[in-house]
Order: sequence, then structure tokens, then C-alpha cells
Amino acid sequence: MPAPLLSLRKMTKTYGQTVANSAIDLDVAEGSIHAILGENGAGKSTLMKLIYGVERPDEGEVLWNGIPVHLTSPAEARRLGIGMVFQHFSLFETLTVVENISLIVPGSKADLAARIRALGQDFGLTVDPFADVHALSVGERQRVEIIRCLLTEPRLLILDEPTSVLPPQAVGLLFETLRRLRAKGVSILFISHKLDEIRALCDRATILRGGRVTGDVDPRQHDSHDLARMMIGRDMPAPLHLAPMPAGEVRLELAALDHTPDDPFGIALAGVSLRLHAGEILGIAGISGNGQSELSRLISGETLLPASRRDEIRMMDQPVGNIGPAARRALGFAFVPEERLGRGAVPEMSLADNSLLTAHPLGLLKRGLIDRQAEAAFTAACIADFDVRTSGPEAEAGSLSGGNLQKFIMGREISLQPRLLFVAQPTWGVDVGAATAIRQRLVKMRNEGVAVLVISEELEELFEICDRIQVLHKGALSPSLDPRSTRPEEIGRWMIGAVGVAA
Amino acid sequence: MSGIEFILAGMLAAATPFLLAALGELVVERAGVLNLGLEGMMALGAAIGFIVVYEGGGHVAAFVAAGFAGVGLALIFAGLALGLRANQVAVGLAVGILGQGLSSLVGNSYESLTITGLPKLAFPGLSDLPVVGGMFVQDIVVWLSLVATAAIWAMFRYSRLGLVLRAIGENPTAARAIGYRVIALRLWAVVFGGAMAGFAGAYAATVYTPLWADGMIAGRGWIALALVVFGTWLTGRIFFGALLFGALSLASLVAQTEGWAVPSQLLSSLPYIVTIVVLGIITSNKKLLKLNGVASLGETFGP
Repeated sequence: MPAPLLSLRKMTKTYGQTVANSAIDLDVAEGSIHAILGENGAGKSTLMKLIYGVERPDEGEVLWNGIPVHLTSPAEARRLGIGMVFQHFSLFETLTVVENISLIVPGSKADLAARIRALGQDFGLTVDPFADVHALSVGERQRVEIIRCLLTEPRLLILDEPTSVLPPQAVGLLFETLRRLRAKGVSILFISHKLDEIRALCDRATILRGGRVTGDVDPRQHDSHDLARMMIGRDMPAPLHLAPMPAGEVRLELAALDHTPDDPFGIALAGVSLRLHAGEILGIAGISGNGQSELSRLISGETLLPASRRDEIRMMDQPVGNIGPAARRALGFAFVPEERLGRGAVPEMSLADNSLLTAHPLGLLKRGLIDRQAEAAFTAACIADFDVRTSGPEAEAGSLSGGNLQKFIMGREISLQPRLLFVAQPTWGVDVGAATAIRQRLVKMRNEGVAVLVISEELEELFEICDRIQVLHKGALSPSLDPRSTRPEEIGRWMIGAVGVAA
Repeated sequence: MSGIEFILAGMLAAATPFLLAALGELVVERAGVLNLGLEGMMALGAAIGFIVVYEGGGHVAAFVAAGFAGVGLALIFAGLALGLRANQVAVGLAVGILGQGLSSLVGNSYESLTITGLPKLAFPGLSDLPVVGGMFVQDIVVWLSLVATAAIWAMFRYSRLGLVLRAIGENPTAARAIGYRVIALRLWAVVFGGAMAGFAGAYAATVYTPLWADGMIAGRGWIALALVVFGTWLTGRIFFGALLFGALSLASLVAQTEGWAVPSQLLSSLPYIVTIVVLGIITSNKKLLKLNGVASLGETFGP
């Protein structure tokens, strides 16, 4: 049997106290699609950085075609024939596609443009070589990244969570491209936490949990239950069920909201209308970069409308378009933004001081001064109620993992007992157990009569918890869709704008 | 010579100190580094350049020495801001103050002395034109800085080096991930900027006004910094900005000699006021800034 293309032996990497990778063994065969499966924080990204030479291992050995090599830089990895497509793309927005590619691949622009077109034909990766990258959609950017890798003629292509940014239809196209690459003898390392994708695509799967290998299997021979157990150590949590609720009064209303952001790379919103009632969860689906951040800033009050247009946003039946976040919170609005550090919490401040930021009306102040005891008690209650893993209220917010900080911020906002709760990307980077807890909490809020608005990229999540779904595409919002009678493919068509433009 | 001829003939030379320093700073900022020490680097270059000419070393040696002086300060800046990842603003200010202090120290015994500048070279044919002819009679450094402007414009527009510099300025993390040595490239950019600032100082003290007086750079480094922003990091606009500033400073002289009933202080402040107004207008266009701006400017970057 020939030596595998790439072998890792006892790879170990620690960051401070945290062991990110512990004695990991991995063999990637020639011409195979090999999955690395694991939850967020299982050590997948660290392992890829070690393979691509971005980080160096503390211990362990890398064999390339059976020969030991030292991967000390990305340039060295590329020289061997390893290419990587990053999860958060490493493209330069102000340059054109061909300029981005010429940073890695030698050759004149005209010559490269011809090669980009030819490659596009062969692998179904069409993109205009002279387009500016900032004008491309997320799917197109991913194609540029893949083309850029392929032009260096890699033997091994690493894809870090490539489908998390794609609508369902584009996932199929990507898989087709990857299968064609495999047929040409390129091995692929496919990182994901989505079980179905791995079973549909991959020849082999290595499963990581807590920085260790917990399985090395043929994913086609195991069902999702087995894989999930290897990945999270127990069965997948059961899906939630929404009991029907009578619709309450309107708590949030957007009436034909138009907005053109200052940022030239931002997305203009056109005629966005929605009504959110008490006791329901409305989900905003769509691929990131279609106006989600502009919409969330308008709802939170970080972007204000002129007074003449204040009626375009109404909360609790009052016009709020021209009033700031604090005034909106005073009406019973609470908000969990998608960026936890810097917008949801101040990383350098303790959790206790972070509680104070929005929860100060809950008796944390005494005659205008901070009541440290009340502050600590509130924070401790939040930590206990929401199972935040931390050393205590005095821990710096920035020292918590993404999932734990999210649980803390959710806890703080829920403790405000809002009448209208707005959560952007509730479970981004949160492990499966905590994500389930967060979703259950949102459903409980709904059942208690709170109006909940959720923006999420995870379609499965929206199907699980939402009463209604609307899809944001290029700044326009689809009509309301019922998740019980709508198939994911139909939502997917709205996500890529294939159903005409919403009025 | 009429006022307009005087301005046309002199504006290129008046613009050259700004232009040289701003071109250097353009390369530095495009690579994502903010060097606020420009004023001090120019001052030290001016003092060293003047001393070399005064002691009989000639102008070529003066420019070389001034360039090295600028590079020396730039290396201190780079060691702290790039090597030790200190805050670029703080280090830039400190290095600037150091440069100004050093220039006073080494120039102390040369205070108020004068030297001869450089001969003017006429562009054959064009220099005989009426009114604009004076524009084509300039010293060699002016001609060379025009060549440098064109070269830097072409570098950013056509060359791979220009592309790489823009890339590391926009997204150093991504540039590193695709295999570029960000810190090394930034170091070279900073060194280039230091040399250009040294040349700019030498031009001011040995050619444009061939004398040494402590504090003679008089804010020209700060204006050059402003010009880079005012030009939205585009070579052509920076060139026209420098030219405008040079022309305005001459215009205020003309207005004074022609006895306008305007306080001379107001006239001398005119170039600065115009710069502030133009800067304000340009920076209010967010789109322009975002498209041409340098995303990682002034942020420390470490692997």
C-alpha cells in the first residue's frame, strides 16, 4: 500500500492552559475527500493552521508522501502542494479578482484571466476576473479563493467550513466541483460540523472532540447518530416543538423601510416591511452580507433615521426611528448583537461591569452610584442560570470562549425581561449543547409572550424555533413564509434571489 | 516679473519638500504604517544636509547623508513600532520629537549661516515660452522629484510590488496567510519613507532656502502628512496637493509685496486654511476614503 499523501503523528499544540490539539494522528490518502468533523472549539481550526504552516506544533511530526517535513510557513506548505480556502476569506477587497490571484500565482494579468476563465469552465467556478472583490457575493468570493488555490496546482486542498456561507443550492455546486477535483487526483480535507454533508461527500472522516481524535471512520457506513455521538459525546438533543399561540399585539413594525448606508461596501435596504407580534418568533434568514448588519443597526438604534421618517420603525406602537438605543431599551427592547466582543460586551471589563451596561435599571445603582453587591449578585445569578463556564463575576469578558460569552450576554438581556428581544446569530460559535439551551430559552420567552426577532444564517435553527421566516436578499425582505409548510429548498431560492424581488 | 509668473516659476520648487516627504509617507501608509515622525525626520535631514554642504562636502553627499539620517530615525521607529509592536502613533510622535531635538543639537553652531544652493537647469525650448517659461527652469532635485512621482505612480498602478504593498496595508493577516513577510515589507517601506523625509529636509535647507535656522522645517512634515490623506493615498492627487500648497505659499508672498490691505499673518496662514478646508471636503466623502483608504493603517500587527 502506498504511503498516504499526508500523515500527522502525535500533533500537539497548547495555547497557555488550553490544549487545542492533543496527540492527533491523521492520514489523508491520495485522491480522497477526507472530513475533519468536530464541534466549535474541538480543535479543527488549530489543526488546519498546523498543516498549513500558520502555527507550529509543540510536538509531533508531519509526513508528506511518507517523508518527514517541517511546515514553518504558509509559503512552505504551498511549495509542497498544500492549498487552503479560509472560512473568513483572505481576499483583498479593494483589489480585483485577477490582482488578488496574481499575489500568489506568477504570470501576466491577461494570461491569468484566461486561466481563471478556463478553470471556471472545467470546474463550474465562473467568476469575472476583472471584477472588484468587494462587489462580489459571498459564494463568488469563495469561488475566487478556490480558483486561487487551484492555480497553484495543489495536491491537497483544505476547505475550512466551506458550506457555512452558502445557500443550499450553492452547496450542491460546490460538492460537484470537489468531486471533479477528486477525479483529477487532488485530495481534499473538508472541515465541517454538518453530519449530512460529510456523509454525502466524504470517503473518510476523522472526528475530533476536545482536541483529541474520537473516531476515524468511513462516514457512509455510519448513520448521523453514531457520528454525532463521536462528535459531542452523547446523542443529538431532540428538536423543539412550538405549541401554537394566539398572535398578540404588534411589538415591532417596519414599514417600507429604505436605507442607504454611508459605507460604500454596505448594502442598501429597500422597502423592508415586517410585523412582529407578542408571543411569536420571527426569523430573518439569508446569507450574511445581504443587509443583515444594516438592518440590525437600524432596529437596535445604532443607525438613526431623520425625525421625518421616524414612523418607519415602530416599537410597542411608538415611532422610534429617530431615537437612540437607550430610549428604545426604555420601551422594553433588548438586543444581542452578532459581535460579542466590542458590541455585546466590552472585552477588557469584568463580567460584573458588563452586566451594568444594560442591566443598570434593575437596581444595580444606588443614588447614581454603582451598588457593587447588587452588581455581583446579578452577575452571579446570570452565570448560574445560563450555565456560563467562568471563574466568576470578576472574570474579564474577553477571557471567555465565544459560546460562554454568548450565554452570558443572552442571560443579561433576558434578565431585563424585555417585551421585544432581538438576537442576531444566537448560536454562532456555540457548541451543540449550549446552542440547544439558548434555543430552548428563546422558545420559553416566546411562550411567555415576548416578541422575539432572530437573524440567523443557520436555516436548520430557524426551522426549529420560528413561527414565521422572512428571507433577506440584497437588502429586500421576502414575504412571510411558514416553516411548517415550506421546504428548505424554497427558502434557499429566496436566499439566492431566484423567486423574483420581494415588494 | 508679474505675480503670476513668479508663482508659476517658483511653485514646483516650493512644492518639492512637501512632495518628497509625502511620497515617502504614501509608501509607508499604503503598507499600513502611520509614521507621525515625518517632521523630525525632515528636520534632522535638513540639519545634516546643511552641515555637509557648509563643511564643503557638496550637495550629493549632503543628500546621501540626510537620507541616512532619515533612515536612522526610521529604523528606531520600525524597531519599536514593528519589532516590539508598540503603538505607532506614540512611537511616531516620540521619534519626531527626537529628530527635532537632534537637529537643534547638531545645528546649534551653524545657526543663521548660509550656503549656495543648486544651479537651475532649463528645459530647452519650453523655458523660452512666455508666462509659463519659468516653470521649465528648475534645479536638478525638482526634476528628479517629478521622476520619482511618476515612478511611484507607476509602481502602485502597474507593478507587483505596488500590489503587494497595497495588500499588506489592507489586510496584513490575509497577506501573511498567503505567504508574504508583512513585517519585513513594512520595514522596507518605513526605511524608504525615512530616506525620502531626509531628502525633503535636505532640499529645504540646502537648495530651496540655503540657510540653517533652528525650527526651519516649520510644520512642513505635518503638511506632508496631511497631503497624503488629502490626496486619499493616490499619487497624482498628492502631487497636485503639494503643488497647490506651494503655489498658495508663493501667492501669499505676492499679495504682501503688492501691498494688499490684508494682514500679512492672515496671508501666511492662507495655505494652511486652504489645506484644512480641502481636507475637510475630501474626508467628508466616505466612499472615496473607503475605496482608496488603507484599512489596517496604524494598527499594530504581529504574527
